[in-house]
Amino acid sequence: MTAASSPALSSAARPLEGGRRPTLSWVGVVPFFLYVGVFLLLPTAIIVGGSLLTPSGSLSFANFEGINKPYMFKAFASSIAISAVSAVVGAFVGALLAYAVVTGKPDGILRRTVMSGAGVLAQFGGVTLTFAFIATLGTVGFVYVFLLQHGIDIYARGVWLYDQAGLTLIYLYFQIPLMVLVFAPALDGIRPQWREATDSLGGGTWHYWRYIAGPLLFPSFLGCTLLLFANAFSAYATASALLTQGGVILPLQIQFLLTSETGSSQPGYAKALALAMIVIVLVVMTLYTLLQRRTAHWLR
Amino acid sequence: MTATGSSEGRAGVEVRLEHLTRKYATTTALDRLTLTLAPGELVALLGPSGCGKTTALRLLAGLEEADSGRVIIAGKDVTNVPANRRNIGMVFQAYSLFPHMSARQNVEFGMQLQHVGPAERRERATEVLDLVGLAAHANKFAHQLSGGQQQRVALARALAIKPKVLLLDEPLSALDAKVRARLRDEIRRVQLEVGITTLFVTHDQEEALAIADRVGVMQSGHLEQLGPPTEIYSRPATPFVAEFVGLTNRIKGEVHGGTVDVRGTRIPLVDPDVDDGPATALVRPEAVTLASNGEMEDGPLVGTVIAIAFLGAMSRVTVDLGDTIVLAQMATSAASQTPAGTKVRLTLRPDPVLIQREQPAATAP
Ligand SMILES: Nc1ncnc2c1ncn2[C@@H]1O[C@H](COP(=O)(O)OP(=O)(O)OP(=O)(O)O)[C@@H](O)[C@H]1O
Ligand SMILES: [Mg+2]
Repeated sequence: MTAASSPALSSAARPLEGGRRPTLSWVGVVPFFLYVGVFLLLPTAIIVGGSLLTPSGSLSFANFEGINKPYMFKAFASSIAISAVSAVVGAFVGALLAYAVVTGKPDGILRRTVMSGAGVLAQFGGVTLTFAFIATLGTVGFVYVFLLQHGIDIYARGVWLYDQAGLTLIYLYFQIPLMVLVFAPALDGIRPQWREATDSLGGGTWHYWRYIAGPLLFPSFLGCTLLLFANAFSAYATASALLTQGGVILPLQIQFLLTSETGSSQPGYAKALALAMIVIVLVVMTLYTLLQRRTAHWLR
Repeated sequence: MTATGSSEGRAGVEVRLEHLTRKYATTTALDRLTLTLAPGELVALLGPSGCGKTTALRLLAGLEEADSGRVIIAGKDVTNVPANRRNIGMVFQAYSLFPHMSARQNVEFGMQLQHVGPAERRERATEVLDLVGLAAHANKFAHQLSGGQQQRVALARALAIKPKVLLLDEPLSALDAKVRARLRDEIRRVQLEVGITTLFVTHDQEEALAIADRVGVMQSGHLEQLGPPTEIYSRPATPFVAEFVGLTNRIKGEVHGGTVDVRGTRIPLVDPDVDDGPATALVRPEAVTLASNGEMEDGPLVGTVIAIAFLGAMSRVTVDLGDTIVLAQMATSAASQTPAGTKVRLTLRPDPVLIQREQPAATAP
């Protein structure tokens, strides 16, 4: 709709007003800002506003006091724990995978398969992903049953699939591919001559990784890990589909507060929690941007 | 010569490549290459793209393994010694400075790996950066330096570890012409000052002739000719060298008893021991002179000037002889006597020439 018509509009204006062409160039970005405004800024404003209002409509910080409650603190902690673990594990495994792919043939079959596979899997989530896990690793899932028949009971000490551990495992399913996608460009920026220069200067593999490749890749690695953290931290659909009784992580707490069946829904409180999440994601993404910018001119 | 300043006047070492062969899947990159560099000598390897120059250099550096043959540095067989124990300085074609380190840190890195103390490291880094004229830029990072400056730092980094041999793989090819000529002379100056045995790879003949003690012309994995620049230029051993180094006119002629008859002029042959018959004579532009005085009857060596390329003190005149085009090189003052359009008569100086026979098997490109 708007997206399609606006570029046509700006290009149509060109022949008419050749001399003043630049003045109309902003028209092209209107759809983008409209989109950002409606789907990002507006909701954020609603959240910020709503979090500062009490149910009776007066302005106060009362909603934020709820964050202090022990069970809410636990939700924060487990949200952060799941995100952090899945980010760190995903980052390491994804980085290794990306390294294997990048050091192979530049346009070999391995690289093309893994990269396009990662592109698909990084977007994989929600009900489909959860269902896939339940169908395979659930208590009647065929992998679980198969392993059980061969004497391996992965749930010998209790079913952890619907727990933090299970959620972390499911998150890894999209975290690892995402890491491959975002970290491969940094690895591509590493020049083979750096390795050879290190060799000719008398260094070995250890020196190369310790002094050259390591320091060059570390900021990017850290940045990508933060990105993965934010990705997991704000994920909602997957957990919502897996965990029916809610509560374990923050997005589910918010859902619970908004749709409570007991009639005790607390929209202001939910918005305060959402704002806290936004702040955390903002901080993490800012750090990510700073780290990426730092290495941008190294790994060109 | 005396090593100025701080470098302790190390005499270079001898480097020998013996029958080096390296094959890739279908191509033979090096075919029994044998080459000896005298101590302190700068040899330039010159040849067309893909002739194996880089491969030769990488085998010497230990970055690549030979299928057969030996590498001997200072009398020691290092064929099986890994790159990081060969003590060889390298400057790469592409910029290879470590981007997260300043120029000084780059230069100190090799010494750090050799456990040289910080004070000595600093002193030596200052010394080599000074040697390449970059002392003032010691604290800059690669992205703050020009291409030429980056290559100077790379040279300083290579020399800082006091290597036995210095290898440069087309270090100037990414630079523009003016910087290239200046840095080329700079590299030669530094090399002479340090007295290090050096192998310099290039596909630019002017660069090779200008910088080297001896030039090795390579073709498909082997040395075609090795000799001082003047010899390579004035007495090419093979038609390939004659054509690759400098400009050459290819003029059809007829061989008769050790000389070749080129359009009515008898020219002696470099190698007179050949059969009679048709052949192509390779004549340098400097061996062609032209005159335009008086009336000129048509003849095999009479033609029209179609272009003059001004090269500074010298000029290159293109003459159309009707069935072929001939280049003549002369002083600019002489060339200005015959502007484009002038009818001229060519004279071929009877310097011995190389000939090339039509090879029925080889297809002309
Ligand atoms: N890693 C490799 N795998 C396969 N073939 C290779 C490899 N490296 C070099 N070759 C081949 O070996 C031959 C010699 O290559 P080399 O790089 O030594 O040439 P060069 O003289 O340095 O050329 P250039 O002037 O283009 O740098 C070429 O035909 C090249 O295609
Ligand atoms: Mg090369």
